[in-house]
Amino acid sequence: MRKILCLLLLSTTLHAATPLRVVTVGGAVTETAFALGSGDVLVGVDTSSTFPEMARALPQVGYQRALSAEGIASLRPDLVIVSANAGPPTALAHLAALKIPVLRLVAGDSLDGATTRVLQMGEALGREGEATKLVEKIASEVGARVPLAAHSPRVLFVMSLGQGSPMVAGRETAAAAMLELVGAQNAGNAIQGYKQFSREALVLLDPEIVVTTSRTLAANGGEANLAKLLPGLEITAAGRSGRLIVMDDLFLLGFGPRIGEAAQELATKLNEPSRRAER
Amino acid sequence: MTLAKGSAFCVFLAILSAVVALISLRTGAVPISWREMVGGGDSVGSMVFQTMRVPRLLLGFLCGGALGLCGAAMQGLFRNPLADPALVGVSGGAALGAVAAIVLGGPFLSHSIYILPAAAFFGALAAAILVHVIATRGVRVDVPTLLLAGIAINAFAGAGIGWMIYGATDSQLRDFTFWSLGSLAGAGWDATLGCLPFVVVAAGLLAFRARALNALALGESNAWHLGVSIEGVKHAVLAATAFAVGAVTAFTGTIGFIGLVAPHLVRLAVGADHRLVLPGSFIIGGCLLCAADVIARTARAPAEIPVGIVVASLGAPFFLGLLLREKRARA
Repeated sequence: MRKILCLLLLSTTLHAATPLRVVTVGGAVTETAFALGSGDVLVGVDTSSTFPEMARALPQVGYQRALSAEGIASLRPDLVIVSANAGPPTALAHLAALKIPVLRLVAGDSLDGATTRVLQMGEALGREGEATKLVEKIASEVGARVPLAAHSPRVLFVMSLGQGSPMVAGRETAAAAMLELVGAQNAGNAIQGYKQFSREALVLLDPEIVVTTSRTLAANGGEANLAKLLPGLEITAAGRSGRLIVMDDLFLLGFGPRIGEAAQELATKLNEPSRRAER
Repeated sequence: MTLAKGSAFCVFLAILSAVVALISLRTGAVPISWREMVGGGDSVGSMVFQTMRVPRLLLGFLCGGALGLCGAAMQGLFRNPLADPALVGVSGGAALGAVAAIVLGGPFLSHSIYILPAAAFFGALAAAILVHVIATRGVRVDVPTLLLAGIAINAFAGAGIGWMIYGATDSQLRDFTFWSLGSLAGAGWDATLGCLPFVVVAAGLLAFRARALNALALGESNAWHLGVSIEGVKHAVLAATAFAVGAVTAFTGTIGFIGLVAPHLVRLAVGADHRLVLPGSFIIGGCLLCAADVIARTARAPAEIPVGIVVASLGAPFFLGLLLREKRARA
């Protein structure tokens, strides 16, 4: 009898340890919480949490690198999960001083990083089983992507934060990591980070395909304008064939739970024949 | 200045700061009861009050006060109501230091929250010393040269910032953007106590210079004939500005406008006597920043708006309104 009582007590304490009011900071963090089935315990998200649609209805705690400790505390969370980028450090220190547990996820734009973060969150949210399943699903999706054609294409990734001045993705960017994951060559690898590119250098690189994000396209008023912002592109292979791939920012570059789907979609699109050749 | 006017102004300042302090301590995202404010304890409310609200109010007051005081002193030194601490390169130097820490600091930055403020402070100090040295011949500070040297050093700092931005990653860039918008969000006791000695030193340097600044308003030679140590006051104003504005900018980022508008408001109320303008600008500047900060941290709670945006978007129309009223009164 006593044993049963003990077990009962233990199970209730274990249950109580599962957080019931969680704030997530980071687009992929919020996405993972929903993917693990913990969407209903979220009480606040940051501005980068745009997926799924339900996340947009939650209270906003602001930009992930300019968090306010008092603002987050006012939501009375029993767990705050933040991406490695979150800050400022003083805000996180203040949360710790208020005895609000803060879980900082590992950094890394890689498949490894993505799956580690899923497991970290599964443990913190009491969803270990779901997390393991999600990691398996990601692995199988990445494995099941279409292999690229015999030669890996030279791909130019362009992105602009506001209007105009598109930047090319170089080494050590999420875009480069994603291209590597599907086996394509990043044409911008000569530079590091996101930089503006000279038009002659662009011609010299001769990319075969251009990849950009839907936000970049929307900010610049569509495909025709984007081409104008990249002078020199028209004389490259990509410009002549008109091969442009557009994908959602968070989906393609978030390295969150949809990384497997994103890899599949990117690989499929990279394999599509050029549009002009079809016509 | 009549004595009555001066004391009425002091009473007004005391009431204003008490009201602003009370509003600032009472408002915020977390509801805090009077008992939690007064009694202490370890509820979330009283912890928020002790570790965030109080140091933030004090930091806001110190920071706004330092900007107002140094703005008033700079305007006295340059004999121009448009002068502000940015003129002698302090803000530019601080920004260069901050962006250098953000971009080059990399892994070290996460070890200590003091690295960024320290870099910004030394940037400000270096810029101010450079401007000061360039403009000094013997013991004499040439004010027109000071202005030109300030412009040159600001341009140089701007170029340095440009190089850093060019080499920055996306997130470093955003960090710097947010830093340059100014915010009291990082306020804790460490930032408040970090600023305090520098602001105290600056206030001390300027405490007995009001008469000298009044004399300087008549022109350097007249001031000299009045027996004022004009070089002494110049050195004091420059040192105080470098110290105080450098330190507060280091912890809060660049917050413009207060250094310009606070002295102007005081002069509109009580005239140009520096014995009132200097302390008045300190208190008005402090109140302005704290009031703006209340809006910054409550308007979009639980998120926060950088306070520099609030200061500029409310301060600029207000300032314009005052100017227009003045113009109409004169016509």
